Amino acid sequence: MQQRGRGRIAYPYIIWMAIFIVVPLILILFYSFTEGDIHNLKDLKFSVSSYKKVLEPIYLKVIGNSFVLAGISTLICLIIGYPVAMIIANTDVKHRNLLLMLFLVPIWMNFLLRTYAWMSLLSPNGLINRLLLWLGLPKIEIMPGKTAVLLGMVYNFLPFMVLPIYTVLSKIDKHVIEAANDLGGNSVITFIRVILPLSVPGIVSGITMVFLPAVSTFVISGLLGGGKTPLIGDLIEQQFLSSRDWHFGSSLSIILMIMILISMAVMSRIDKSPPEEERRKI
Amino acid sequence: MKKHLLLFVVLSLILVTVLPLSGCGSGVTINVFNWAEYIDESLIDEFEKQTGIKVNYKTYATNEELLAKMEAGGSSYDVVFPSDYAVSEMIKKGMLLELDFNNIPNYKYIDEKLKNTGYDPENKYSIPYFWGTIGILYNTDMVDDPIDSWDILWNPKYKGQILMKKDVRDSLGVALKKLGYSMNSTNDDELEEAKALLLEQKPLVNGYYGDEIRDLIANGDAAMGLTYSGDAMELYWDDFENVSFAIPKEGTNIWYDCMVIPASSKYKKEAEMFINFMLDPDISYRNSEAIGYPSPNTESLHRLQEKYPEVFELPAFWPDDEILKLSEVYVDLGEYKVKYNEILTQVLVD
Repeated sequence: MQQRGRGRIAYPYIIWMAIFIVVPLILILFYSFTEGDIHNLKDLKFSVSSYKKVLEPIYLKVIGNSFVLAGISTLICLIIGYPVAMIIANTDVKHRNLLLMLFLVPIWMNFLLRTYAWMSLLSPNGLINRLLLWLGLPKIEIMPGKTAVLLGMVYNFLPFMVLPIYTVLSKIDKHVIEAANDLGGNSVITFIRVILPLSVPGIVSGITMVFLPAVSTFVISGLLGGGKTPLIGDLIEQQFLSSRDWHFGSSLSIILMIMILISMAVMSRIDKSPPEEERRKI
Repeated sequence: MKKHLLLFVVLSLILVTVLPLSGCGSGVTINVFNWAEYIDESLIDEFEKQTGIKVNYKTYATNEELLAKMEAGGSSYDVVFPSDYAVSEMIKKGMLLELDFNNIPNYKYIDEKLKNTGYDPENKYSIPYFWGTIGILYNTDMVDDPIDSWDILWNPKYKGQILMKKDVRDSLGVALKKLGYSMNSTNDDELEEAKALLLEQKPLVNGYYGDEIRDLIANGDAAMGLTYSGDAMELYWDDFENVSFAIPKEGTNIWYDCMVIPASSKYKKEAEMFINFMLDPDISYRNSEAIGYPSPNTESLHRLQEKYPEVFELPAFWPDDEILKLSEVYVDLGEYKVKYNEILTQVLVD
């Protein structure tokens, strides 16, 4: 009885999912495998031509660029984010909330607005360069360019790395660490053998939460990269808004989805394996 | 008590029968979909007060976005503001309603020169809202060469100082024009040449942007870039002294943004009332003054000329006939849209 009752609670979500996730997915799949006038159903024919187009070197390069940039920004987020998460997790509860707040406040502001703000900070004659000039230091010339795009990505997605790691770290039983210390582990060994393995689930969900939006982002590259490094998100936007080639846009979206699914599958494997190994070692 | 009840019933009956009749179109809401920052918004309130028609005002950034949203369906717009080539595509696809000019008496103020254009040959579907050109906006602190040709955008002296438009038609159009071809070319060889030219230019280009170009140049982040005449004019009206605008001698693109009524409109008459309102000499004058674009309305243009004679002496905003003769209006590319987009992608990615 109880089971059935719980099932019913899920109905609204199932309906929601059917209308807003499954149906659009089927439509995208349908458009990706057809060609012809999208407004005339009778005119549509089965075709793989838009998938063939994805395989052209120029588009593969765009996809490659997106994955490389997203990968690098995820790595930077991890390198910066992990220590930050540790610091927050180790401060006492009173200050912890304040630190977390400081980290979360920027997310409350509109994403586009924050990216425009970076534009006026980084531009050749922007605030940072004016300050450097005033201090008699050489100018930095990173905008527009890949460095500026990376900076924009790291800035925008860093909280998504810090939060899951922080959550996992703050839940680690302090006695486990004390036990490791009692058994003669110094802080480095305790970290490598105990804390790090225990925080893997946080790292994995952090990586996923940063990598996914980073690989499909399309505003940052346009504004901070000066449009010179179009990413797959820009390409998809262009197909739907500018060239209005829904077939090609759909097949690009499907390819992106497949590649994301593969990377998620890889990540979830990593998530499962290390703790088991650790357990065996213990 | 009974009396009160009776009074109440009678009153509500009166309300129910009279309300729908009071004032033409009261209770109607029209959806107006315009370019961002392209109207004096106080005029919308005035229209609502004058007519009792509510206006649901939304904005878009490019013609392509407007077309995509109209084609996708799902929303019904009553007045939209496409440019020339988008108007002709909409006419071709049967996306527009024919206007009833009896409801738009203010049409008589529209400059005759702006009628009978290529995109709406019989003046059946569209009425010009504003018009302008594309030219080079430059920062006078950073540029000491005279700017009178598209060649300057390929001058290595300004490496890293040049901004191009991310817009497919504009960037490709300029390259085609520099080569002496039509901005509407559908000749593959000409397009290949234009692509090579853009690739050659790429190392000199600081970035490919949209509306941000105006602010980047005014701020001194770049020396020069492609800009719509009205955007440049806005800087002029705001008293920016370090920027200037030029239209190259090879000719440029002339564009007309129009008011049209989509086929899906449910309130054609009210939409026509809105269009007529915008064409009123006084309203049109105030709109021009707020937005900075020259009015297509002869009456209000005359008044603008009297109040701001100095603006009308700037040749860049009033290109001479020689340049106008060489300039072109974009036409709908049809299937070639995809090709143009592919070329721009190839230029940007390479």
